[in-house]
Amino acid sequence: MTTQAVDQIFVTIKHWLVFHSPGVIQPAVSLLLSVLPLLIIFPSLFAVTTVLERKGLGRMQNRYGPNRVGPYGFLQPLADGIKALIKEDIVPIGADKLVHFLAPLLLVMTAFLEYAVIPVGRNMVVADMDSALVFFFAAGAAMEVSIFMAGWGSRNKYSLLGAMRAVAQMISYEAPLILSSIAVVMIAGSLSTTTIVERQSGFWGVWPYHWYVFTPWGMAGFILFMIAATAESNRSPFDLPEAESEIIAGYFTEYSGFKFALFFLGEYLGMFAISGLAVTLFLGGWAAPLSFLTFIPSWIWFFAKLMALIAGFIWIRGTLPRLRMDQLMNFAWKFMLPMTLVVIFSAGIWRFMPSGVVRWVVCAIPIVLLYVLLGRALMGGRKLEKRTYRFAE
Amino acid sequence: MLGIGIMKGLVETARNFFGSYTSKQRLTTVQFPDERLLQPEATRVFPFLVYDTDDWEKGLRCVACKICEVECPPRCISITKSADKKPDYSGIYSGKPQFYPEKFDIDVSVCMSCQICVEVCPFEAIKMDNAFELSTDDRFGGLLWQKERLAKPNSYYQAIHPTDAAESDAALAEKKAKAEAKPAAAAKPAPEKAGAATER
Repeated sequence: MTTQAVDQIFVTIKHWLVFHSPGVIQPAVSLLLSVLPLLIIFPSLFAVTTVLERKGLGRMQNRYGPNRVGPYGFLQPLADGIKALIKEDIVPIGADKLVHFLAPLLLVMTAFLEYAVIPVGRNMVVADMDSALVFFFAAGAAMEVSIFMAGWGSRNKYSLLGAMRAVAQMISYEAPLILSSIAVVMIAGSLSTTTIVERQSGFWGVWPYHWYVFTPWGMAGFILFMIAATAESNRSPFDLPEAESEIIAGYFTEYSGFKFALFFLGEYLGMFAISGLAVTLFLGGWAAPLSFLTFIPSWIWFFAKLMALIAGFIWIRGTLPRLRMDQLMNFAWKFMLPMTLVVIFSAGIWRFMPSGVVRWVVCAIPIVLLYVLLGRALMGGRKLEKRTYRFAE
Repeated sequence: MLGIGIMKGLVETARNFFGSYTSKQRLTTVQFPDERLLQPEATRVFPFLVYDTDDWEKGLRCVACKICEVECPPRCISITKSADKKPDYSGIYSGKPQFYPEKFDIDVSVCMSCQICVEVCPFEAIKMDNAFELSTDDRFGGLLWQKERLAKPNSYYQAIHPTDAAESDAALAEKKAKAEAKPAAAAKPAPEKAGAATER
């Protein structure tokens, strides 16, 4: 079997199955075969990620993670799942029953919707839309609605506070998220994710020269995108909506049993989706990172890059403490927004200058300059010093 | 510059992450049921009744004087004195028959491990154990320990608390020597509580 055949094996199998099914149900079969693998793969990825995250965080804090259930504790998600399933499902008396019930379902559903436009391999995308990016961000915005439904429907002050925080945070960070991806759209000249991946293909020697992350604006855009993505998926250090030390569990305080598990699933699915988008926009999608590695199937590369970004999320979570609400907002509007605007500006220069070292330098200057200046201005002349404690020393 | 602190933090956590796989010293967790730390000698959790020789029923040191029952702050000890006397099987009461506890119960859930019963016992009959896994699925019967369960040999005491056991044995030996010397001098039985101040 050639590498080409291995690369396209899922596409070929799908076409074969569709071809051999009766003509009337062919569209339905085609749809099912596109959607079903996503519905299986990403939740199982969620299960694997939870245990890897707990183990990784443990190691970062110099302790073993879960290591009891199964070999090296890798069956832990199974035990967690059974526990969530057999728990009592409590709905508060004062809750808006319908909204309370619909919120977790809507969250997971919108998270799944986002996968429709992410190419997980060569020719492997559910819906190859022309305006895929718009669709992705629209679905992401629906997630905020479901989170607010959860907070409002629970009729609990903590839930409502968490939901308000979530909405404020997600709307604030949606701006830099979208603006940093606009830079990519400007250069690629398309909103379609498959076209964006195609524009980044090709090698310069062995290097993937065309990946947008290897340009000054792409590098800055990627970092800003990932920061905004962390806030969008409510991950530490931006996990204020579910800050357990302040507001218990935020918007899912009143959820128990399997609905609680659904919230976790939705959160992780959102994180995978947005990481997948980051891979697509900046890291060349499913393309191999080095020219002599192209024999490895494209879908393996996509998931490898995805997992690398997830590892980054976990690393950040193990490192940074939670921000305060005003710090969060200041960071979004005073730092992220100007930075993304200058990234767009830099991408504009990049588009109209001839390629070469000069272009690289000219595009890097405004970004670095603004970064340094903003850093100084936001510190406001304050100096960070080692704090001394009068009585604790 | 902005972001330097974050970089330092990331390096630190990365060092922890990889370090925990290479150096055992970083992982301070004791994986409890599999590996256990050696308990300090002074560990005390719950009292037990000391007996000499190999028969717990005959060799029990307790004479049911009920001092511990009265002194126990949370009142978790309950003793019924026997009607008859049993022979001095353990040989620390100069051969005289003694009363014995017909019933000696301690409630695990009430005991607060204060060791006052041990301090007040004049006969070195009750001591603190260091066994701490006392959980049970029977919340009434399983937490009220009868004397069968409380009785443990002196050799066990010597094993878990060597220093204290040596002191206790020395005090008993001294008492015994005094008791033997007295009848020789006064030619009449020594009072039961001669030299009762067993200092620890």
